[in-house]
Amino acid sequence: MNTSTSAKPRALAVLFAPVFDNNPIALQILGICSALAVTANLKTALVMSVALTLVTAFSNLFISLLRHHIPGSIRMIVQVVIIASLVIVVDQVLRAVAFDLAKQLSVFVGLIITNCIVMGRAEAFAMQNPPLPSFLDGIGNGLGYSALLVALGITRELFGSGTLIGFRVLPTVADGGWYLPNGLLLLPPSAFFLIGLFIWALRSWKPEQVESPAFRMAPQVREQEP
Amino acid sequence: MEHLLALFVRAVFVENMALAFFLGMCTFIAISKKVETAIGLGIAVMLVQTITVPVNNLIYTHVLREGALAWAGLPESDLAFLGLLTYIGVIAALVQILEMLLDRYVPALYNALGVFLPLITVNCAILGGTLFMVERDYDFAESAVYGLASGFSWALAIALLAGIREKLKYSNPPAGLSGLGITFITIGLMSLGFMSFAGIKL
Repeated sequence: MNTSTSAKPRALAVLFAPVFDNNPIALQILGICSALAVTANLKTALVMSVALTLVTAFSNLFISLLRHHIPGSIRMIVQVVIIASLVIVVDQVLRAVAFDLAKQLSVFVGLIITNCIVMGRAEAFAMQNPPLPSFLDGIGNGLGYSALLVALGITRELFGSGTLIGFRVLPTVADGGWYLPNGLLLLPPSAFFLIGLFIWALRSWKPEQVESPAFRMAPQVREQEP
Repeated sequence: MEHLLALFVRAVFVENMALAFFLGMCTFIAISKKVETAIGLGIAVMLVQTITVPVNNLIYTHVLREGALAWAGLPESDLAFLGLLTYIGVIAALVQILEMLLDRYVPALYNALGVFLPLITVNCAILGGTLFMVERDYDFAESAVYGLASGFSWALAIALLAGIREKLKYSNPPAGLSGLGITFITIGLMSLGFMSFAGIKL
């Protein structure tokens, strides 16, 4: 990678490409683990998004600053230690500021350590690029992750319980309103269905995204047909 | 004994690592195209999980927990905040040791597991198992059973998914849905199926 390229012209592209064009969840299949478990309501989804964006951005920044000093053979363990330290900071802050929320997120804040997005960006981008673009790349990928998480959170909370961040939006039948909540959306499997449909929608909107993943799948899908 | 059995059944079916908590999803989707490799990876995860959860339990109860260092003359210490860093370090180290041991003494298994062993370090199911153990305050026996059960639950889920996906490649879904999209929906249906175990109590 050309490290001498000036950061300015690429900055916007680096920041926004991961949101739609190269979404870490929908295209790169990274970091789905936590994307599903915390989206039953919007509040936890938002907190998780912010936490992951911060961790990705700063781990990219620090790893990029250290990239010339990290020996290749132990780079994984160095990356993991940096990421784990950042996650501990986030976890402790969350426990101090919003203990109830931290309890709700339970183990999933800790699991940011093993979230493939953080590790993947550190390895793929931060090890080769100067600090500023790395930082922006971290924020961009965090935003891509957040976009999907928030979309899922809104859908699941709005149609699953008729509320958004706890405020009633659709008056439910139980409260004398007209909306009959769809309980399925609060159950874990609905997250899988929604992500599947979301990927379908994204790939119908941007057909060029069908091309490359479908291409990777194609030899498997088609070659063995009679 | 009875409650250990109940814990085992609950961890395998009701609280399935992959299908109820979505842990280890990245590898779950990436390496489930063939039954053989899926089972290899499943066994590796089970092996690592069975070792790391009890080991982390010992470290938590004897070093990190509040007041755990009383035996060293430090009754007021509380190192719980170092938990995440310690657990991931222990997991990475154990995977490395296991890799060397298998290479030296059981080369057949080592070759069968191949590249999956080092990958397991970053599998969220492993760290997740340890974190659930800490959160639920399991004692040593419970954590040993829980480690085995949660590893087995993950292995079971990935073997099942691989079986379905091997047949799924003959299907013909809409263009945008093929590959990743349809896989997600399949996992959703499997997860729905596993929810029917929810009422079971032993």
